[in-house]
Amino acid sequence: MALFSIPHTRIAGISTCVPKNIVANKDYKWISDKERELLIRKTGVVEKRVVTKGMTASDLCYEAAKKLIEDLKWNKEEIELVIFVSQSRDFLLPATACILQDKLGLPKTCLAIDMNLGCSGYVYGLSFMANYIAHCNIKKALMLIGDVTPLASYRDKTAYPLFGDAGAATALEYDENAAPMHFNLQSDGSGYKAIIIPDGGMRNYPTKKSFEYKSYGKGIIRNKLQIALDGFAIFNFSLREVAPNIHALLQHNNIPIDTIEYFLFHQANLLINESVRKKLKLAPDKVPYSLNKFGNTSSASIPTTIVSELRQQVTSQKLNMLFCGFGVGLSWGSVYVETENICCPEIIEL
Amino acid sequence: MNIEDFILKIENEFEDLTPGKLKPESKFRDIFDWNSVNALTMIAMVDSEYDVMLVAQDFQKSKTIQDLFNIITSKAKK
Repeated sequence: MALFSIPHTRIAGISTCVPKNIVANKDYKWISDKERELLIRKTGVVEKRVVTKGMTASDLCYEAAKKLIEDLKWNKEEIELVIFVSQSRDFLLPATACILQDKLGLPKTCLAIDMNLGCSGYVYGLSFMANYIAHCNIKKALMLIGDVTPLASYRDKTAYPLFGDAGAATALEYDENAAPMHFNLQSDGSGYKAIIIPDGGMRNYPTKKSFEYKSYGKGIIRNKLQIALDGFAIFNFSLREVAPNIHALLQHNNIPIDTIEYFLFHQANLLINESVRKKLKLAPDKVPYSLNKFGNTSSASIPTTIVSELRQQVTSQKLNMLFCGFGVGLSWGSVYVETENICCPEIIEL
Repeated sequence: MNIEDFILKIENEFEDLTPGKLKPESKFRDIFDWNSVNALTMIAMVDSEYDVMLVAQDFQKSKTIQDLFNIITSKAKK
């Protein structure tokens, strides 16, 4: 099992940027009034933010990073690592992290790399960053993470109402006295079709047929360049894997579950997240949600929930927290982190 | 675990059901607006109440509440 601990890494700051454009699910006219009411109630997504034409995940991440660097008063010349975690990158190539390195004015001595993960990306990204910091003499690093939804078909009721757009930045730094981060990372590629955009990559290079819309059931019309979700497979996977992953992490590190102040879950949907919360027997006030305001913001959902719901706590208190991301891949993981006085600007709107 | 208890749990979970209307022989696709959201709600309820995981194929091969209950019972024994 990929259970490991990384010392000497401190989360210095977290910021999030969302588009100004608000889309409310009460205005989603593709389905009946009754179905819409049920969908909002069960998914928990009341409204979300959606990019306007031309705006990308990296634009949102750029704004989040710019503000965070300013507030932390970091010298850009000291930033030696930037990663961009996303499944909606600017171009098929080059890596978006390289573009962001230049756009943010980071030095050429900075290592820049993309990580192609979604729902689990925040936890995986933290492990990647912390490893470099703890073992490669890197003192300051930035994780930029986010996704945007033009990948979902408006006429697909299983996808469009769920997803919202956000980009976040997380600053990490070397700290001799930082408590170790404890990770448990897992994957199961046998479920890769559960969340997929079938065409557009090298396996199914785009053709005219990729743009043809097809019905996949009542209220589900999309083309092969748009995201396809297998709701049953995702739901079964989440119920089966998330709680055991967390239990294994806590048991391995002798951490009593009741010593954790907050559990930050990927914001999949309310039905899934509440089922997971109940399985773990967690009190509702330990499990914050940003779903109602921002929807499922994919890779950015954990930092977005922290900035939206816990800003006052993370900026002023010492906290024991557990982050858990799960979904596309299939890929999932959790991390136990201790934080203290994180720099956390208010949510930025673009 | 009995079918009456299962029906009560379904009635508690799905607010638009009239209590007493649901029978073991009721076809669940007819009795209320059966869609994927309700199917997922049923999976969540069965997982939480019986620690049994229903999958898509279980719904595909079931017509009645009794059919679903039989699957839950057989999975619970394993």
